[in-house]
Amino acid sequence: MNAPFEYLLRLGDDRIILGHRLSEWCGHAPILEEDIALANIALDLIGQASLLLGLAGKIEGQGRDGDALAYLRDAVEFRNALLLELPKGDFAVTIVRQLFFSVFALLQAEALERSSDQELAGIAAKAVKEFRYHVRHSADWVLKLGGGTTESQNRAQRAVDDLWRYTGELFLADDVDRAAAASGFGVDPSTLENAWSETVRDVLARAGLTIPDVSYMQRGGRTGRHTEHLGHLLGEMQILARSHPGASW
Amino acid sequence: MTPNKPETNTEDPARIAGFEARIAAGETIEPKDWMPERYRRQLVRMMSQHAHSEVVGMLPEGNWITRAPTLRRKMSLLAKVQDEAGHGLYIYCGTETLGVDRHELIQQLLNGTAKYSSIFNYPTLSWADIGAIGWLVDGAAIVNQTMLAKASYGPYARAMVRICKEENFHKRQGYEIMATLSAGTPAQKRMAQDALDRWWWPSLMMFGPHDTDSPNSDELLRWGVKRKSNDELRQRFINLTVAQAKAIDLVIPDPQLAFDEKTQNWLIGPIDWDEFWRVVRGNGPCNQERLAARRQAHDDGEWVRVAAAAYAAKQARAESTSEAA
Repeated sequence: MNAPFEYLLRLGDDRIILGHRLSEWCGHAPILEEDIALANIALDLIGQASLLLGLAGKIEGQGRDGDALAYLRDAVEFRNALLLELPKGDFAVTIVRQLFFSVFALLQAEALERSSDQELAGIAAKAVKEFRYHVRHSADWVLKLGGGTTESQNRAQRAVDDLWRYTGELFLADDVDRAAAASGFGVDPSTLENAWSETVRDVLARAGLTIPDVSYMQRGGRTGRHTEHLGHLLGEMQILARSHPGASW
Repeated sequence: MTPNKPETNTEDPARIAGFEARIAAGETIEPKDWMPERYRRQLVRMMSQHAHSEVVGMLPEGNWITRAPTLRRKMSLLAKVQDEAGHGLYIYCGTETLGVDRHELIQQLLNGTAKYSSIFNYPTLSWADIGAIGWLVDGAAIVNQTMLAKASYGPYARAMVRICKEENFHKRQGYEIMATLSAGTPAQKRMAQDALDRWWWPSLMMFGPHDTDSPNSDELLRWGVKRKSNDELRQRFINLTVAQAKAIDLVIPDPQLAFDEKTQNWLIGPIDWDEFWRVVRGNGPCNQERLAARRQAHDDGEWVRVAAAAYAAKQARAESTSEAA
């Protein structure tokens, strides 16, 4: 097992998949300001993914670059958490998911600033600044939706109810995470859960939203056991790159 | 804010003469200055059409964001479409200096009474269309906007200076996509030529009807809103673009294209004005879809806008209560 490579795929795939989902809003957002903001966040995520997958390819040493990893792997080879591949849904789903992920990703990036790998530490340092904005943006909107109208409150609550069962996977640690953490390369995600929970519960409480009882947290993304949605996402994302093998763009 | 709502419908000819003298002397008109009502309305028309074009223009290019072939291309395209949203927002704000607000203008777009650039009623069928739009559509827009950056109305002119800088960047990006495709595999080269074949004539139509058939031109030229005629701008674009096509080994789809030594201009065959008017009047390939997409986004976002307004109102009430306490 090449733990740093596997670990970087998880980081990179989380970001490319969520960035792709956010980019679907471009031109279709509720207000022009949000077309700009969501595109901005998508750009940050895809930019980070490009660096992380590029570094993964370098560490793997098989001649694959970031594009080869993004465009020429099948769904079962992707390592993103399930939460991130779910369809964009309505604006409430997009915003609640963004809050859940951004709070997690900010904590993760703050820890990765201390990575033993200088390149990863550098990527994380830049990402921290970006995630701070993503957290602020999504938390502001969760408060607006929760405290806006009955409809927005209902939609936001439904989004929390639907997405909550996908949050547990973010903090599951396996041998890859433990090996990456032990070597000082990565961070064990289970160590981030308390801080995440504190922040997210605080925002939801201020927004008047409640956390549902769930008997099981969905999992599988880190080992390639995805939802059916990912195949369709990749079918669209990869079509051009796959239709013209070997071509440069 | 209504600084420039008409004071009266009957305008003093002496005042108009004074206004025209200022423009003839090269002065810039600012929001607080008096202006003829016709001038104000022409600017609102042009600026809102421009803003609508930016917003509708997000759709054909947005169509390829999820399929862009590399991470770098995906980011560039996303950033470009984001810039267009920014331009739209910026110009809508510009129209507010003329006493109309953005919501009113967006309603006009959605109910079909406002116009936007017809070029966005054509479909993007392949990745090369993203190159062609950057190269040709943004290229044509730059020729037009470079002229508008000298327009007599200050806020519009200043917006154009800023927007032109970004459009130049988009144009280079688009041209670079076309150059890469043209030098790529045979399939990529065909893709590039096909995109040029489809976008060339609609790009030339972006400059509007011939000067002899352009109803607004005389007045706009006299008031310094426009500084050059449609045909002059179109010719400038053609002269620039023919050489660029040759440089990347693509063929302009016009068998009558010929260089005129005397004028040093590239002369083109006839433009299909029937097609132009057909698309302007709503029967282009994507007119229905573009408006439907805008209406859908607007309708789907209604509950979000209402919620944001309700939240802001509650916050304001809470603040005034706590101040009173």
